Amino acid sequence: MSATALPSPKTETGVFAGTRTLLYKEVLRFWKVSFQTVAAPVLTAMLYLLIFGHVLEGRVKVFGTVGYTSFLIPGLVMMSVLQNAFANSSSSLIQSKITGNLVFLLVTPLSHWAWFVAYVGASVVRGAAVGAGVLLVTVWFAPLHVDNVLWIAFFTIAGAALMGALGLVAGLWAEKFDQIAAFQNFIIMPMTFLSGVFYSVKSLPPIWYEVSHLNPFFYMIDGFRHGFFGTSDVSPWTSLAVVVTSLAVICAICLHLLRIGYKIRH
Amino acid sequence: MPAVSFANVTKTYTSPHGDVRALDDVSFDIAQGEFFGLLGPNGAGKTTLISILAGLARATAGRVAVLGHDVQAEYAAARRLLGVVPQELVFDPFFTVREALRIQSGYFGVRDNDDWIDELLANLGLADKARANMRQLSGGMKRRVLVAQALVHRPPVIVLDEPTAGVDVELRQTLWQFIARLNREGHTVLLTTHYLEEAEALCGRIAMLKQGRVVALDRTSALLAGTASTMLRFKLDKPLPPQLLANARVTGRIVQITAHDAREVESILGVLHAAGCEPEDLEIGRADLEDVFIEIMRGETPARVAA
Repeated sequence: MSATALPSPKTETGVFAGTRTLLYKEVLRFWKVSFQTVAAPVLTAMLYLLIFGHVLEGRVKVFGTVGYTSFLIPGLVMMSVLQNAFANSSSSLIQSKITGNLVFLLVTPLSHWAWFVAYVGASVVRGAAVGAGVLLVTVWFAPLHVDNVLWIAFFTIAGAALMGALGLVAGLWAEKFDQIAAFQNFIIMPMTFLSGVFYSVKSLPPIWYEVSHLNPFFYMIDGFRHGFFGTSDVSPWTSLAVVVTSLAVICAICLHLLRIGYKIRH
Repeated sequence: MPAVSFANVTKTYTSPHGDVRALDDVSFDIAQGEFFGLLGPNGAGKTTLISILAGLARATAGRVAVLGHDVQAEYAAARRLLGVVPQELVFDPFFTVREALRIQSGYFGVRDNDDWIDELLANLGLADKARANMRQLSGGMKRRVLVAQALVHRPPVIVLDEPTAGVDVELRQTLWQFIARLNREGHTVLLTTHYLEEAEALCGRIAMLKQGRVVALDRTSALLAGTASTMLRFKLDKPLPPQLLANARVTGRIVQITAHDAREVESILGVLHAAGCEPEDLEIGRADLEDVFIEIMRGETPARVAA
């Protein structure tokens, strides 16, 4: 055994050193419990589709000739992407904080950029995996065509990154599981449900129509849906602008909190 | 260049009941290759000091450096040189032992490290547990994995925070043999422990903290030589005469009293005799580190801080 401290020739240095390992660990973490982290949300989304599709098909008017079930599928896909991206970073961080194994990360040279890229990256992977799963099981229930795959890809990645970063902020802030649950149940759930997953906001009374436009989740869902139907409540470019701005704000907050070690380095 | 340097380190926690000063102007250096002990009662600030060194906490004032690298300004360089075994028995339940070690290695930017990981597993008696999930391991085995995780990037400075708390005798032996070997091979070791016989056996130099301040800092041999060097031990069925209580440590029937010289021993025996006490199994021995520790913590000797 050598006692020399010389780093082995394969040692990476620099601001992103170790990022790949942390990303791998975060993906492996949810993948090892994929029954709970991927299969369960896919099943939930399918139940929504079966129940709401059955009850509302032919009764609710959405975009022109688009059937209700066809309309609902992209909404459910995006809702699952967003909720699971949030759940991934927030639950991973709070678990590590509460069980104390965050110390394994805190003693490493990983920079705040490395933490950010890895946690948000794993959230995007989980969100995309669940989204793909939901699409795979629901696409058989109604005709669905793809108008522009780039919009679909952009809103999936940007939306999941936004929610992953938000989950990271929530995970840093929270000290107990209850607080994460409260964040999820009182902020994330209402905002996703009221974002037009189950209806076109044009069907709402004027006041709620206006309020919906203040909800960033609405733009993520609407822009994503545009990728399938080529039509949407607002222009996809408006949605893009809102999503990019929100993403930039949340990322800036998240990076700042990581840099100062908010509630993790005392 | 010292392996670890603490310069005027102060740490104040703000709490609803006012500020708590956990560390008060702590300064000392640990030379490269030393086996250094950090002792003190619970709440003395040992873990706070180690937390600041490891980057888990930030000093309110002062500077801490590892081989010349400031733990704040050059945190990445400092942490690469440091291997920390945390006090709490923490683990990540999602992974096997080998996965945990590979991942920890990767965080330090060290890839393809399986040869060294195998060596660590073999040396810590973990070779047959490599594929076991962390959840399946006993407390002692989890503790070994913590040691392996701290060493996975081959740090020149090793910090062990109470590594043998609640650990069985066999692991203590294995662990100390391994750590002593790393120390002989040039690694610097900083140890905190409650087992003072371990500190006496292993550490060349010792600092004692009390209420956030360094109250003793010297070579272990000098600390042992400098205080009451004689210890009177006996068993007693009666209560100890009150005039002896101040210098005595009583554990059930066993009484230990410090004495500075033969005359003092005689006078203690005289007091016992006068009170009608008949000490059994009387022995006179050299004071050990525990006696020195208790004497210093009681504040009987002025602070012994060697320059």
